Amino acid sequence: MRRVVVTGLGLVTPLGGDVETTWQNLIEGKSGIAALTRFDVTDQKAKIAGEVKPKDHPWGFDPDKRVDFKVQRQVDPFIVYAIDAAGQALEDAGLVEMDDDLKQRTGVSIGSGIGGLPGIESESLVLSEKGPGRVSPHFVHGRLINLTSGQVSIKYGLMGPNHSVVTACSTGAHSIGDAARMIKDGDADVMLAGGAESTINPLGVAGFAQAKALNMSFNDRPEQASRPYDKNRDGFVMGEGAGVVVLEEYEHAKARGAKIYAEVVGYGLSGDAYHVTAPHPEGKGAELAMRMALRKAGMKPEDIDYVNAHGTSTMADTIELAAVKRVLGSDLGGASMSSTKSAIGHLLGGAGAVETIFCILAIRDQIVPPTLNLDDPDEGTEGVDLVPHKAKKRPVRAALNNSFGFGGTNASLIVKAV
Amino acid sequence: MSETADRVKKIVVEHLGVDADKVTEGASFIDDLGADSLDIVELVMAFEEEFGVEIPDDAAEKITTVKDAIDYIDQNKG
Repeated sequence: MRRVVVTGLGLVTPLGGDVETTWQNLIEGKSGIAALTRFDVTDQKAKIAGEVKPKDHPWGFDPDKRVDFKVQRQVDPFIVYAIDAAGQALEDAGLVEMDDDLKQRTGVSIGSGIGGLPGIESESLVLSEKGPGRVSPHFVHGRLINLTSGQVSIKYGLMGPNHSVVTACSTGAHSIGDAARMIKDGDADVMLAGGAESTINPLGVAGFAQAKALNMSFNDRPEQASRPYDKNRDGFVMGEGAGVVVLEEYEHAKARGAKIYAEVVGYGLSGDAYHVTAPHPEGKGAELAMRMALRKAGMKPEDIDYVNAHGTSTMADTIELAAVKRVLGSDLGGASMSSTKSAIGHLLGGAGAVETIFCILAIRDQIVPPTLNLDDPDEGTEGVDLVPHKAKKRPVRAALNNSFGFGGTNASLIVKAV
Repeated sequence: MSETADRVKKIVVEHLGVDADKVTEGASFIDDLGADSLDIVELVMAFEEEFGVEIPDDAAEKITTVKDAIDYIDQNKG
């Protein structure tokens, strides 16, 4: 059976424009959430966000490093983040230079939950104010979700499978899981896989606020707003960014002497079949996804040392926790579980990929990132290590990421040390 | 260089991200400045906005160099 390993990582997050800056800030317990700066929020109910910082910020992102000027002008930010994260991952894997044969066996699977909402918003204003003759000729392909994978394949000449998942907040995890399968099935030897999102625009923030999904009671204390499992949590905080990994067939990676971070061993998928935005109250879908991932990995619950939870800082946190307890045991079998959304907010379609990278780095460095702002743990959290406030050194052999999306779509991924 | 030429050149630099000294009057948008057909549609829209002219599709198709754009604008602006 073909095995799939991770040989490169790339991140653009509210805590950094690259992997190491993001990870160091996360481990130090810093927050990437602050007052929203991108537009006037006077009339918005939610006034905070986890924005990717501008390049003059110490943790800033410089789009000029890897994304052509013309492309930056033509596409929505989620595509810019995806191209940059993909470039980082290829550089990390030592695969920027590939021969034609390898390019034909290298594919891309980068998705997004929503896609180019900022551009859709601004161009509809152009249409309304100036008429159809002023709509940009780049409008459509600069907003389409699969132009993440499209742009990356064009930039690097990658002619393998070109795929894009759209499963709301499960996108990043599904993208990696699907891509790992493509390698297992022999469709490709190398896949760039991940997710990207950027919908911190007036329409995006208003839409999630109207759906009662966003935190609105901590506008004056942004760093404290995302507080998974805390009694005072009341909604998620919008984040943005991208996470992309290089997945590679194990023998292929070994033969070229690649640095191997971890192996993708388990992938579980399910549907809630319950409600458009609310999770099943008993977390049945979440449980099914986790059990499938464990079964595929051939692992026992006690083999998992770290769970990066979906944990959005909503009422759903404790539903997920109850499901994790049913799968791993009432003390999680000794595993630690944290929600890094406490530090970066919810990256929606990017979340599962970014958080899987955090799982991989937890394995690399044998340290688990904290759940910030967990001052007053909610009922049901007793006897569970939710890694409050501070990162924790501990053995991490294998880690599980949960991602759940609107529409009731669930994905669980397990990565383990090789 | 005329005032029209200066403004055309500025728009081309802003849209295509090319060095200003490459934008000579004889430069072809596609062959010399790296534009594709959609970039030209966008450039024509930008010229229309900047100079308050209307450039119909059949005229736009004939604009292939920087000079073509300058000449069309000089002949048609109000």
